[in-house]
Parts: sequence; C-alpha cells; structure tokens
Amino acid sequence: MFDLERWQEIFDTIRKNKLRTFLTGLSVASGIFILVILLGFGQGMQNGIDNEFKGDAATSIWVWPQRTTMEYKGLNPGRRIQLRNENYETVSKVFDQDFEKASVLYFPNDVQVVYNNDLLVYNVAGTNGDLQVIENEFLSEGRYINEKDVRENAKVAVISNKIKREVFSNLETPVGEYIMISGAGFKIVGVYGEYGRNESEEERIFIPVTTAQLAFNGADKINNLNFMLPEMDSFEETVAMNDTFTTKLLEYLKLYHGVAPEDERAIRLYNPIQEAKRFYTLGRAIELFFWAVGFLTLIAGVVSVSNIMLIVVKERTREIGIRKALGAKPWSIVGMIMHEAIFVTAVAGCTGLIFSMALLEFVGPNIEVDYVMNPSVDFNVALSTVILLIFAGAIAGFFPAWKAVNVQVIEALRDD
Amino acid sequence: MIEIKNLHKSYKMGKNSLHVLKGINFSVEEGELVAIMGSSGSGKSTLLNILGMLDELDEGTYTLDGVPIKNLNETKAAQYRNKFLGFIFQSFNLINYKSAAENVALPLYYQRVGRKERQEKALKYLEQVGLKQWATHLPSELSGGQKQRVAIARAMAAEPKVLLADEPTGALDSKTSYEVMDLIQKINDQGNTILVVTHEEDIAHMCKRIVHLKDGVIVEDKKVEQVRAEQYV
Repeated sequence: MFDLERWQEIFDTIRKNKLRTFLTGLSVASGIFILVILLGFGQGMQNGIDNEFKGDAATSIWVWPQRTTMEYKGLNPGRRIQLRNENYETVSKVFDQDFEKASVLYFPNDVQVVYNNDLLVYNVAGTNGDLQVIENEFLSEGRYINEKDVRENAKVAVISNKIKREVFSNLETPVGEYIMISGAGFKIVGVYGEYGRNESEEERIFIPVTTAQLAFNGADKINNLNFMLPEMDSFEETVAMNDTFTTKLLEYLKLYHGVAPEDERAIRLYNPIQEAKRFYTLGRAIELFFWAVGFLTLIAGVVSVSNIMLIVVKERTREIGIRKALGAKPWSIVGMIMHEAIFVTAVAGCTGLIFSMALLEFVGPNIEVDYVMNPSVDFNVALSTVILLIFAGAIAGFFPAWKAVNVQVIEALRDD
Repeated sequence: MIEIKNLHKSYKMGKNSLHVLKGINFSVEEGELVAIMGSSGSGKSTLLNILGMLDELDEGTYTLDGVPIKNLNETKAAQYRNKFLGFIFQSFNLINYKSAAENVALPLYYQRVGRKERQEKALKYLEQVGLKQWATHLPSELSGGQKQRVAIARAMAAEPKVLLADEPTGALDSKTSYEVMDLIQKINDQGNTILVVTHEEDIAHMCKRIVHLKDGVIVEDKKVEQVRAEQYV
C-alpha cells in the first residue's frame, strides 16, 4: 500500500490510459451522484409530507356534543347535550393512565373584545395549559395559560401571532398589554402560533377556563374535551391504544348523558390518527419505493463497475502475460490491478459524492415545491454506498485478475 | 548451463492424452547459440515453454545453471524467470502504453531495482541495440525491427543467464530479420547463452548449433558453421 514504486507504476498506468480511467471513473462517479441525489430527493419528499401534515398532534382527540338523534330511556331525540366540568374531572381521574394530556375548551357566548377602544373580532376560548401540546401550538412570546391561572381564575390571555400582527403591530410586544373582554381587563401574557400555513385556528384568544366560566356565566359548562395519547413504540400499537381509549370515552359520556349507545351523532369525536394512518402508510410506501430505487441503482452501479473491471482485465490479459514472463509474481499483478481499481473507484466515488452533496447542500434548501422540502442525505449512508461500490469494484476486479494471472503465459501472449 | 534428461510431456485433450515430448535429452553450454528447428507440432514450442518455466514437465529432470527446476510454485517460478531468463517473442509483446525505455526497464521493476537505476540501465541497453534516440517513443511509433530490438534490450536488461527467443524473426521481412539476427549474434559474441526457436533454415544457420525436433524427439543435433548476418545487412 505504501510502496512508492507501486504507486509510481500505477500512476504511470493511469496517466497512459486516460480514457479507460476516465470512463471507469465517470461510471462510478455518476452512479454515486445519481444514488445520492435520489436518496436526497426521497428524504426531501418525506420531509415535505411530514411538513404538510404537521398540524395537530397525531394522537390528539377532540370530543364535542351535538343533539341526540334517537330516543333512549324515555328521553326524546333532538335533545342538546352539554358537557360539564364533571365529565372532564371523571375522565381525568378514571382514565388518567391512558392519556398524556387533557384539556377542555369553553366558548363563552356574546363576548366583546376591545383594545384601545377598537372592537376586535376574534373568538375567546377558555382552556388550560395542556391545550398547547394537543393543538401543537408553538409559543412565540411570553407564556401559555398555566395551572396556576386556572386555579386562581387569573385574568390573563394568550393571543396568536395573527392577532399580534393585526392589532399590535405598532408595539414591540403585546405582552403586558390589557384587552377588555366584555368589560373585564385581561393581561396578555403570551403569543402562540400554529404550525403549517393554515392560520384559521389563529383566530382565538385563550383565557383560563375557570375565569371564562366564572366571568361569562358559564357555570360548569364546557364545549370540548381534548386529549392527547402517548405514542407507543410502533404506530400500530398507538392506533390500537387510541381505538380502545375512544371507545371507552364514548361509552362513559353516552352513559352519563343518557345517549343511546348506537347514537353516533350525539357526541362527535375527531381523531386525526385515522387520517395519519393513511399518510403514515403512504410515507412508508414512499420510503420503501426510494430505498428500492436506490438499491437497484446501487446494483446497477455495482454491475457497471464490475463490468468495466472485467473489460479492463480482459484488455490487459496480454500485458499480464508479458509481466509474468518478465518475472512478475502472481500476487504482485493481482495487487497492482486491484490497487489501481480501488484507487480509481475511490477517487471517482468521492468526487461523485462531493458533487452530489454540494448540489443538495446549495440547491436543496431553495426547492419550494409541494411535498418536497429540503432534500438531503445522511452522509454516513452516502459514504457507505461509496465504500460498497469500491468494495464491489475490488471484488469484481479480483476474480478476473486472478483468472488472468493463472492463464498460461503462452496462451495470454498467443496472437489472435 | 541447461541440462535436460529424459523429458516427457503430454497434454490431456478430453479423454485422450497427447504425448508431445517423448524423452528429450539435451544440454546447452554457456555461450552457445542454439537453433531449435522443427515443423509445427514437433514439440519445439512445448520444449521452449518448459525451458522458460512457463509450463511444467511430466517426467525427467531439468537443471538450469545448477538449479533443479521442479515443482515450482508460481511465485518461485516468477523469481527464477526474472533472474535466469530473458524472453524474445515473435510478436514482440511490448506493453503498448509504455515507452521503449519503460518497456526495457520493466523486468528491473520486478527485480526491485530503484527508479533512477532502472532508467539508466534501460538507456544503456537501448543504446546497445542502437535505439537510444527512440527511448521515449511508444511501440506504435516504432517499426517491426525496432520493436524487436526493444524487446531484445528488455530481455537483456535483467541480465539473464539464458535468452529464449521464440521465432524472433517470424514477423519480420528478411532484411530486418538479418538485422535482428546480427544483434543476437553480437549479444552471443559477448558470451550470452541464447536459444532460438525457428523454422527458417537461413536463420537456423546463423546459429552455432542446430537441434532438429520431430514428433517429440530430437532427430538431429549438430554443430554448424555460423553464417554471420552482418554480411546481409
């Protein structure tokens, strides 16, 4: 390996056989290039899909009541169901092993929001701190509603980035400002934002649920129950757990509110995991597809490198015979051919790698197409493919070289 | 220098066995110039292969410069070839992407001679065959006779005990053939042992001894009056 004479001999050979070396190198480099770009694009597509569905947490569950549609135990259909604090407390107590986060939403009726004598047309919702995680909201400034606020009926509010932009654009920060909600002053303590481009949910001003109920005659009424379940090791387990939980939850709520067990419309439940399941399957399929394509490309690369090595050795059969006649030992010839092959594939492979990584690095972040985002590739994966190709080239070079070396000199030198 | 006793060699051709050499007894002294003649199929190429350690003998003994040549593995054979033998082929067998000097230097590479010394020696031997000014040319830029002279310089470069020439003039016209034979004679004059396989009478008579092979046995082995090639050049 560190034999200077050997290196000189190899460089001589490479210099004198520029076309052959170039073609070998080109095929290796382009193989790596295509593979890396392909893997990068696959990753980009996955990033894109992930980003597209990054709305609410996938394991979240929303429950809201409507009217009954069936008669049950002497109760008429068309009865409006009203969720109560007690429902939330019972579920929290009884089911508390099953969920990670739980929160409520209470929408007070006929409230007016005023700031600086301007009427603001945003919704007010009472909630608690867990909602942030369930709705998958991020915090831009300040803090979210917390437990202490709920316990102490604090008059605090959290507004959205959209509201901040539309109402408080002349201020550096809206935190610390007061807004009047139906005559009562609420101090803004934080600004939240929604992931994704959908800002329709940024219309809400959140206040502690207890304050909302107390201030706006809510008594113990709540409009929504929200939960987030833990993610299990596998997606399938998560789905199964989710199904058990929702079944149990609906059973309890129907019993409590006297709803017929078969009445599907009295208490509605939105469960994005069912949708996520579809995209999860799609994502899996895409991942599999790109791996399959990548793998096949790699095989094509291996085959083409092997093919080139075969031809190179075949072309050099006479030269091998001459070298043998001049006293070259078999291993020195095999070593020389492999040394050259590994050197050429390594240099070409790394060139292809550098070019493709550079392309992904500089062009990748600028790609703005739906479902494709920041295509990139794991460097280790890319490097492994280069090593695999070099290894394949070496193996592919070894066998014909070994065969050529063992051919009788006379046969190798025969005129044909 | 070369001592062969009761040499047998046969090749398996499917189920049949082809007995090519049927008991050859033959010896060559140092400084001899021997022509091995015979029609095709007489076994002369097989004999040369065995002499050149490119093929193994089945039966008998072969001693080269006092060293018994038997049951050699590839590595050992390669060492002996490099040390003892120089080859000259009918089709020159120069490496086409290497210059004349690099071709001549190649056996020295396998003797682990340093790069500088290789180049000096290569130039020295090219000068001997009168091609010093062609040192940097590729074989494709040389004429047939020049190529063979480069090949002879290459065979000489390793300073072997014996030069083996397999139809060295087979691919050349008669004028060039005589030039090459002139060179071979001059090398022989310096005391080198040379074996020339040929089927051309005139070439054979430029050697000092002619061995006739027929159907795997030596039918005639005679010393001849050497015809100098110089006069035809």
